[in-house]
Amino acid sequence: MTKEQADNGRDDMVIDGPGQANDVPDEFNANYLRIYYGKLFPHADMFKWMSYGNDGKHPGCDKSYFGRREFSFTLENDIYIRFQSFNSVTELENSIKEKCPFKIDIGPVYSVDPAKRHAYAQSGDNVFTPVERELVFDIDISDYDDVRYCCTGADVCLECWPLMTIAIKVIDTSLRDDFGFNHILWVYSGRRGVHCWVCDGKARRLTNEQRAAIADYFHVYKGNENGHKKISLPGLVLYPFLARSYTEVLKGFFEAKLLPNQNLLASEERYEKILEMIPDASVASELRRRWQENKRASMSKDDINIVRWEQLKSILQSGKQKMQGLRRCVEEIVFSYTYPRLDMEVSKHMNHLLKAPFCVHPKTGRVCVPIDPNNCDEFDPTTVPTLPQLLEELNREGPRQDAENEWDRTSLGESVTFFRTSFLQPLLKSCKEEIENSYNAKLQQSKNALSW
Amino acid sequence: MEVVQSHRKSSSNNVIVSILPLYRSAPPLEVRLEDFEFFAIDRLRVLKGISDGLCRGKKPEEMEKLVLDLWKANMRHPQAVEEVNKDIISHFVLRLVYCRTEELRKWFLSMETTLFRHRFRWESSEAQRALMSEFKLPYKAVSNAEFESLKDKLGQVARSMGQTLAAADAIFYKVPFEEVPDLVAGRRVFIHKGHAYVAINQVVSLVVTQFRSYLSKALILTNRKWTSTIREQEKDRLTPIVEALCTSYLGPDYSQQQEFGEISIKDIDQVAKTSFPLCMRHLLEKVKEDHHLKHGGRMQLGLFLKGVGLKLDDALAFWKAEFAPKVSAERFDKEYAYNIRHNYGREGKRTDYTPYSCQKIISVTPGIGDHHGCPYRHFSEENLRAALVRMGVSSRAVEDVMDKVHNRHYQLACTLTFEAVHGSSCDAGINHPNQYFIDSQRVLQSKNGSVA
Repeated sequence: MTKEQADNGRDDMVIDGPGQANDVPDEFNANYLRIYYGKLFPHADMFKWMSYGNDGKHPGCDKSYFGRREFSFTLENDIYIRFQSFNSVTELENSIKEKCPFKIDIGPVYSVDPAKRHAYAQSGDNVFTPVERELVFDIDISDYDDVRYCCTGADVCLECWPLMTIAIKVIDTSLRDDFGFNHILWVYSGRRGVHCWVCDGKARRLTNEQRAAIADYFHVYKGNENGHKKISLPGLVLYPFLARSYTEVLKGFFEAKLLPNQNLLASEERYEKILEMIPDASVASELRRRWQENKRASMSKDDINIVRWEQLKSILQSGKQKMQGLRRCVEEIVFSYTYPRLDMEVSKHMNHLLKAPFCVHPKTGRVCVPIDPNNCDEFDPTTVPTLPQLLEELNREGPRQDAENEWDRTSLGESVTFFRTSFLQPLLKSCKEEIENSYNAKLQQSKNALSW
Repeated sequence: MEVVQSHRKSSSNNVIVSILPLYRSAPPLEVRLEDFEFFAIDRLRVLKGISDGLCRGKKPEEMEKLVLDLWKANMRHPQAVEEVNKDIISHFVLRLVYCRTEELRKWFLSMETTLFRHRFRWESSEAQRALMSEFKLPYKAVSNAEFESLKDKLGQVARSMGQTLAAADAIFYKVPFEEVPDLVAGRRVFIHKGHAYVAINQVVSLVVTQFRSYLSKALILTNRKWTSTIREQEKDRLTPIVEALCTSYLGPDYSQQQEFGEISIKDIDQVAKTSFPLCMRHLLEKVKEDHHLKHGGRMQLGLFLKGVGLKLDDALAFWKAEFAPKVSAERFDKEYAYNIRHNYGREGKRTDYTPYSCQKIISVTPGIGDHHGCPYRHFSEENLRAALVRMGVSSRAVEDVMDKVHNRHYQLACTLTFEAVHGSSCDAGINHPNQYFIDSQRVLQSKNGSVA
């Protein structure tokens, strides 16, 4: 970091920061990270979560469970250490504090301690193999570059972030209503997207094939760089999940937000991309003719995007257009522009790593905080606490006696509380029940075996 | 091979009512050594035929017919008892052949499961019920009351597939969605709160799931037995046959280039122009244009180049140079070098990875930003035509290629391209990008030879 940059950072802080009392430059660096891991990172909660109740005293607990989980650290100089494992919360905490990783990734629970995998390698059989893993999803805004004009790549603003919000809504609803999962954690990835962790026991034990099936169930957007039809919705009606997503989320969002905000029909270059999706050339050219003509005739106060969208809909959905393909075309356009685009590979395999919640993104300095799916509309990525901001909040009040809940006096407090009350506590409650039930079932079984 | 011909009996008209075996235990039959081999080869023809069909993206109805034809041609016997014996013996022989590596097991599992799926459907409904009870499926039909409450949704699913919901007495089974991954993946079944409502004509999916998981476990056990005892015990009798049988399908291993020695970085552009198949030319063009390729593309091109004879050090230098405008040398070493060394077996599991076959390349689903996959399958018609013209394929030949593409004969399309570019025939057809390369080099050498 050059001096100049540091100075700039300080200027930014003065503008953005909630208070100017302390001299904390608005930059990410290893020293701040060290303080963050020392005082704010919720080590104990992460341990509780990853133990899934197996850290309890019940005889049905699997003591080796947490120790078979892979953690992987990316250090400051981009050194990547995989296959780390820890046997207790203290080991985990000490290692994080000592190594001060810029990124912590969480992998699967393996059949044996991943740190000792080589010891098992000689036997030839695949003893070292993943046995449990949360069902995870990764959605990146950078995969939406063809439908947003405000930002590209990793950049995100309040105009395009709602694409992530509706992705959360569509996937979350289906995971709960269709698949019956209950323990779902959504996390801001720190920069350009969201991660989802489905933690029900049933989800953790899915095979790769079953994971792939769920990913495919959600896989509607099928664009690659060289083909062109991105979405095709055959059939007489939409499948229930797609129909529900369309009427409850996608349609409203497209018409009220995306269409006007991104000016999808305002210029020729942009509307051509939509016209391209209409399979009937005569319909497309009819619309093109109208839109080219009324370029100047500004429709007074009505938004031109909305006016044109209504024209497109009425021509495509009018009684004259009996062709099945054209009727579905309006829906195909909406799906193409709004339907969640998942990184399929992440979800399909147990051994994919995913960044842990509460990490700090090294590029933005923002903490990967949980997002409440029930209030995801209110989530604003530009106000997520940053590392310097948190340290400043800590400094403002000076050191305190009880170092247990330091985050309470920072803006991270809300996130940790949400994580605990809305996700961790209900999860651990059902883990406990599950452990008891399976233990009792085993007891019953062995009793039955004895009494013939 | 002629011996096998004499063994094959033309299928007679009398339809055999056979019970589909579940292959629970190895047959207590005496098997003549030659039958051991011939039966296995016949079954292999069926499995290989299925694999080709899947690879061409045949539709379910087409597969149905294909599998039936293959079975009739290779496995039918006028005497039911003989057919059952041949079925069981050949299955168990191939289990030995295909148990020995993960890759082989995966292929065998997937082909046998497909075969089983179709054969189950040929069975009478009594036979189907008998098989279901043999698997001890614990599922009950949905009650009338529940059916009434779900009728609308079930009808919506049926119509989304272009079918209509059968009458009010339609039978549905309520099963955990995990049991029918193929139906979930295709959104062909209504799911609610974790339960899938499987129509009576879809129960094949349930049975297939059972069959598959049973066979998968059995293959692992067979592998253990093979390595611990059978291989040694049978080293003069069965072992040579078993080892020969597996290469008779798999074809040569292209992980190491032998015939044409090594190539160096400076040769790549030249040989790409003359001897790379379109999929690899495209990837190479893209990496030169974008100075980046996503993971799938790096794997597909990287392993191909390894097979072509690019040494590890050259491969590292090649990717580094191509990425240089976008990726600093330091970042390259940290983020990309590991994977390249991994592909050459110098990291991780230390397996020397084999270059992807056409079958694998055709079956992938490239996503946003991806350039890998098979151009004949994944390009839009426009893009493919333009790419073929750039390769120097005459417009006549382009039409022939496109004709194959329309019929989803992607490998044949590639073969025709090869023939058009090289002006010489390729009778074996293209099955592997590295085979394309080697055949091309042979043609060029013989041309040069005849000129000199």
